[in-house]
Parts: sequence; structure tokens; C-alpha cells
Amino acid sequence: MKRTPLYQVHKSLNAKFTEFGGWEMPLQYSSIVKEHLAVRATVGLFDLSHMGEFEVRGEGASALVQKLSTNDVGRLTDGRVLYTLFCNETGGIVDDLLIYRHADNHYMLVVNAANIEKDFAWVETHNNTGAEIKDVSEHTALIALQGPKAIDILNPFVPKRDVSEISFFRFAVDEVAGIPTTISRTGYTGETGFELYVNANSAEGLWNALYPAVMEADGQPVGLGARDTLRLEAGLRLYGMDMNDDTNPYEVGLSKFVKSKNRQFIGKNALLKEKKKGIAKQMVGFQMLDRAVARAGYVVYQDGEQVGSVTSGAPSPSLKYAIGFATVSSQAIPDDGEIDIEIRGRMHPAKIVTAPFI
Amino acid sequence: MIPQELKYNESHEWARQEGDIVTIGISDYAQSEIQDIVYVELPEVGTELTQKTEFGVIESVKAAFDLYAPVSGEVIEVNESLLDAPEQVNESPYEDGWFLKIRMTDPGELDQLLDADSYQTHIEAEHA
Repeated sequence: MKRTPLYQVHKSLNAKFTEFGGWEMPLQYSSIVKEHLAVRATVGLFDLSHMGEFEVRGEGASALVQKLSTNDVGRLTDGRVLYTLFCNETGGIVDDLLIYRHADNHYMLVVNAANIEKDFAWVETHNNTGAEIKDVSEHTALIALQGPKAIDILNPFVPKRDVSEISFFRFAVDEVAGIPTTISRTGYTGETGFELYVNANSAEGLWNALYPAVMEADGQPVGLGARDTLRLEAGLRLYGMDMNDDTNPYEVGLSKFVKSKNRQFIGKNALLKEKKKGIAKQMVGFQMLDRAVARAGYVVYQDGEQVGSVTSGAPSPSLKYAIGFATVSSQAIPDDGEIDIEIRGRMHPAKIVTAPFI
Repeated sequence: MIPQELKYNESHEWARQEGDIVTIGISDYAQSEIQDIVYVELPEVGTELTQKTEFGVIESVKAAFDLYAPVSGEVIEVNESLLDAPEQVNESPYEDGWFLKIRMTDPGELDQLLDADSYQTHIEAEHA
């Protein structure tokens, strides 16, 4: 299994580890609930160095990222970030990712850890624009600082600017604690926060600079366990759970990230056809009406008929009941939103709700 | 740390004998590994349990864990307070966090369980 540059730091914090996408990552340090609630109340510090980063440079850079993306990269200006999907020729989702525009001849792509090799091959295969593509994942560490206190904690480490002036989905190249950092106002928690990209050699330096300030503010280091419950409460999809190569953006509620007007991209024709045909299944949010927990793969029923299945589900530490996403037949989505989910052979009542859940 | 008077399953359930009645719960080690228990699914009074077979489920934030009966018998009491306060299993695994009381059908089954020292050795091996 691969390890991030912060592996020893996690060990020294007595983290429990888990395998995720071929990586040995911290699952939790204290408890998932405690870490989750710290991010909602104060701040959390995350090691996300397993994520993949590609640099795309050169005159063909814009044309390449534009042609791969369902969202319109042409809307980006320098210093902005875009959430987008790569789709294959049949409209299935290759990955969901962030695209950072440094300049019109320089982009950074941030992809899911489990998809680094697949995505890089995908980008390379379709590179007929002459762009230079480089997988810099190995040399790049990513530390996230998320929560209502994130701005106050980060600011003293960035003497040259007020980080609150970096708006949502924008970034700045600067220094944090004297370490060259790409400061990105993004996250996967639904809270105010930053994702900080540094050279892998500087990962420990950045973590060790921020950690005491995080603890001082009643924050917590946060593992992948709470990262999952945080993103779920925030209504954010996870690749590999809620979507994959065989699901299209319409089926998983990501249609607003498909921009087809006046532009071409891989998968466009298939997606237009799918849309015309009508989307047979849709992703919905649900909440359990009893204390049971519906998890991925559990079957969803309506009036005794099987109508779909759960893609992600967990107890919500903030809400105290279980929530999740399910894909259900489009016809089946009932007006009153009542469904049943089969858990270990027994039906448990749930209702369809609009995500985000908090 | 590990109560001497109890008997243990390798799957971390404990059994406390009082006559032919056995109270069942999970060990402190198990609750600390599972953490953040949010839901406990238990059988109804009158259910017949068979030793080493599943009788219920614990849900933590992260995952579901099956519970295995340390001895066979009929469920005579269920700790209903766990429905509203499942965190008692984390806070008090040997006392307030008990699951069931069952009337044993074969007291000899208790001898097949681990004693405290063997259980200690077992979890040390599992943790290594």
C-alpha cells in the first residue's frame, strides 16, 4: 500500500489506519463523531495527499482540458477552480475532479486517489493538442483545513494577504508558514475552509505549523471516516460509491456540471442522446425514519416494489439519524417521498429529502 | 480491565452467569475498536438463540458488526434502553450496555468459552 509523506505523523498521533484506493490512510485519530463535530464547530486538519495532481501546460492545454470536461473550462479565469467531470464516449463518468487555472497555458487537475492511473492514461490518450501532461501526485502533498475557524487559524501563517479575500472556488499561490503553497478555497465538508497544496517535502513542515493552532482552537486532526460523513451531510457525491464508469451525470444528480451549449467534449453526443431518451434512474437523498442505518447496496422499495438501491449511507453525527444517497427509478420517486429500505431482511421506513442534509 | 468473573467469545461477546440465566454484552476491547455506536439491533423476548450464531447487529458510524451468541437459550429480557441510548455500550460495556438475558439450555456450553486470561491473550494476538 502507498503511504503519504505524513504517514509517520499519523502514526505518532496514534491514528487507526484503513486502506483506501490503494493507500494506507488515517481512518480516525480519536473518534469519527468527535472529529466530525470538531469540523462543524471549530476546525479540522486533514491529510489528503493521496489525491492525484496532474499539471497540464503549453499552448494546447486549454483545448485539452476543455475537450475532456463536461463543465465549461472556458469560464475559468486565472486563479479560479472548476468542479467538473470527465466522461467516456458512452457518457459514463471517468472521474470527478477539480481544475485549477494558473494561466491559459497552465492548469492543475486534482483527481481521486483510486483513479490516478486511469485518469492519467485517459488524459494522455486524448492529448492530440500538444499539451504537456505531468503526473505530479508523488511530489505533491495536500493538507485541508476545514471548519468555521479555518480563516482565523490560517491567516497568521500568511503574512502577505488576508485569506478571507480568497473567495470560494478561487486560489492563490503564496506562502503558508514560509512554505510555498497553493491556497485553495475549496473543500469536501460543506464548511468554510482551504485545501493547501505543497511539495511533498514540505508536508510535515506545514502540518506541524498548523497542528498546534488547530488544537489550540479546539480542533482535531480528521481521518477519512469523518471525511466521509462530512461530505455525505454536505450532499457531495463520492466517486466509486455514488458514481462510476457506468453511470452518467444525469443519473447521479450532476447535470448542472454538464455544459453542452456551443462546445464539444468527450461523451457529449452520448449524453445528449441519454437526455433525449429520458433518464431512467435518478439519485435522491434520503433520511431514515427509525434508528437503523442503510448502507451502500441496500435495496430501496416503494409500496412493496423494488425501485433502486443505496449508493452511500451512514449515521449523520450532526443530525443523529442515518442519511444517504440512493439511485431510484425516475417514475418511482413518490410525491410524499416515503420509501422503505431493506436492512438485513427487514423493511425500515425512510423518506426522500433534498441534499445537502444540513 | 477484563472482568475475571465473565466468560468470552472469540468474537468479543461476554457472558455473565447467574444460575441458569446468562447476561450477554460485548467487551470493552470490542466497544473501543468499534467506537461511536449509534444503533443496536436485538432479537425479541422469546427468541431462541444458538451458540456461536448471529443474534443481532451493532452499527457504528463506520460499519455494521454482527453479534454472536456465547451460549444457546431463550431470550427472556432485552435491554430496551439501548434503543434510545446505544452509546451506553461504549460508555459501560459490562454494566449499563448489556444486550440480553437468556435462559441457558445447556450450561455445559459455558465451559467452551474463553476465561478472562485466555481472552486477554486472544485480544493481544488479534491486536498484534
